[in-house]
Amino acid sequence: MYKFKYHRTSSLNEARSQFGSCDEPRYIAGGMTLIPALNLRLDRPSDVLDIGHLDELRGIQDDGDTISVGATTRHAEVAKSSVVQSKIPALAKLAGGIGDPLVRNRGTIGGSLANNDPSADYPSAVLGLGATVHTDSRTIAADDYFMGAFMTALEEGEIITKISFPVPETAGYGRLAQPASRFPLIGVFVAKTSSGPRVAVTGAGPGVFRVEEMEKALSGNWSAEAIKDIAVNSDEFASDIHASAEYRAAMITVMAGRAINS
Amino acid sequence: MVKLFKSLFGASGVDPKQAPTTESTAEGSEVSQATGAGSDHVTVSMTVNGEAVTGEVEARTRLVQFIRENLRLTGTHIGCDTSQCGACTIHMDGLPIKSCGILAVQADGADIVTIEGLANGEELHPMQEAFREHHGLQCGFCTPGMVMSAIGLVNENPEPTEKEIRHHLEGNICRCTGYHNIVKSIAAGAESMKGMK
Repeated sequence: MYKFKYHRTSSLNEARSQFGSCDEPRYIAGGMTLIPALNLRLDRPSDVLDIGHLDELRGIQDDGDTISVGATTRHAEVAKSSVVQSKIPALAKLAGGIGDPLVRNRGTIGGSLANNDPSADYPSAVLGLGATVHTDSRTIAADDYFMGAFMTALEEGEIITKISFPVPETAGYGRLAQPASRFPLIGVFVAKTSSGPRVAVTGAGPGVFRVEEMEKALSGNWSAEAIKDIAVNSDEFASDIHASAEYRAAMITVMAGRAINS
Repeated sequence: MVKLFKSLFGASGVDPKQAPTTESTAEGSEVSQATGAGSDHVTVSMTVNGEAVTGEVEARTRLVQFIRENLRLTGTHIGCDTSQCGACTIHMDGLPIKSCGILAVQADGADIVTIEGLANGEELHPMQEAFREHHGLQCGFCTPGMVMSAIGLVNENPEPTEKEIRHHLEGNICRCTGYHNIVKSIAAGAESMKGMK
């Protein structure tokens, strides 16, 4: 790890203003992405701004039709939350499958979304549920937030404060683990929302995306049967030793079916 | 009781002349120089195995380095250094975490337990005893992390099934045993932990 300066910030405003005055700053909360990257010297920040202990960013709130999850809420907290388990069980299940139990005690939802790894679990739930990303300066609809692998609508220095998830009629998550890393090789989040069915896919390569053809098929008939013959175009998918692009495409249909039946 | 580890300053590669000008702090206090302009050296204070400790380290020092190099508690191992293998598992505020994936300064003010903090004098913790009894190890490198992770599981789920134990070990890698005896040890350790407190 290269040297850097550390700042323990005491408020969002302070974090934001420090960000503006540093050469090459990074925020840190759980650190489950940043610290391994620093260990491998893949990144060289001048300054690390710690926002992990700001109380205002943490916790789960039941707002009736929506659930709000603070940006630094740990994966384990979401997985074990009675509010999440009772209102959006698929979200609790997804959070309980991220990384491993030790990582889930540190990793945060805001960190996962700010990083937007194309194989991360959380983006599929945020897009699949049509959630809203709240930041220190605005709100961003999930459909406008994800801009491709590792790219988001966040401006330089902008901080995610919480995510609000509308409670769906029903939802499910189907996940095929990559055999070595256990990241989702394909993860499909399906939800029957007030504005219709949504199907969001992670792991295929280009970043999380929706499958409109499946959403249309599900609007008349919410069943695995309705989508079983829908083949997703694999042109932009990753092909590697773990799976070909064609296999990833085939698994989207299989995992979507399992998500509906889960 | 605040223990100072300034005598080990040189060992961690820090030039004392470049050390921060702040005074060593009492337990529970703020990290010195950690706000404002920021600092590449910080003072960290935490409780480790029941004892208050303070050290001055580079900001980039990870918790596992602080534990091993400053506190000389070398039971916590470094395997992969990228938060995958779990050999560095410790408890922070009661929860098992990977100490290679967190800066020492992020653990400022925390309550830490390492493998050295489990035994009661000569008497092993029930989970340690179960690993001995059922030979839940071969080379032993992953064992401290396995034991700390296993206790984390049982604290939350006092009667884990074999399947739950195997799932829980997703973040702890053993390259010798094939896990069979580790799983047996954890099941037995869970059983004996019921008698604790």
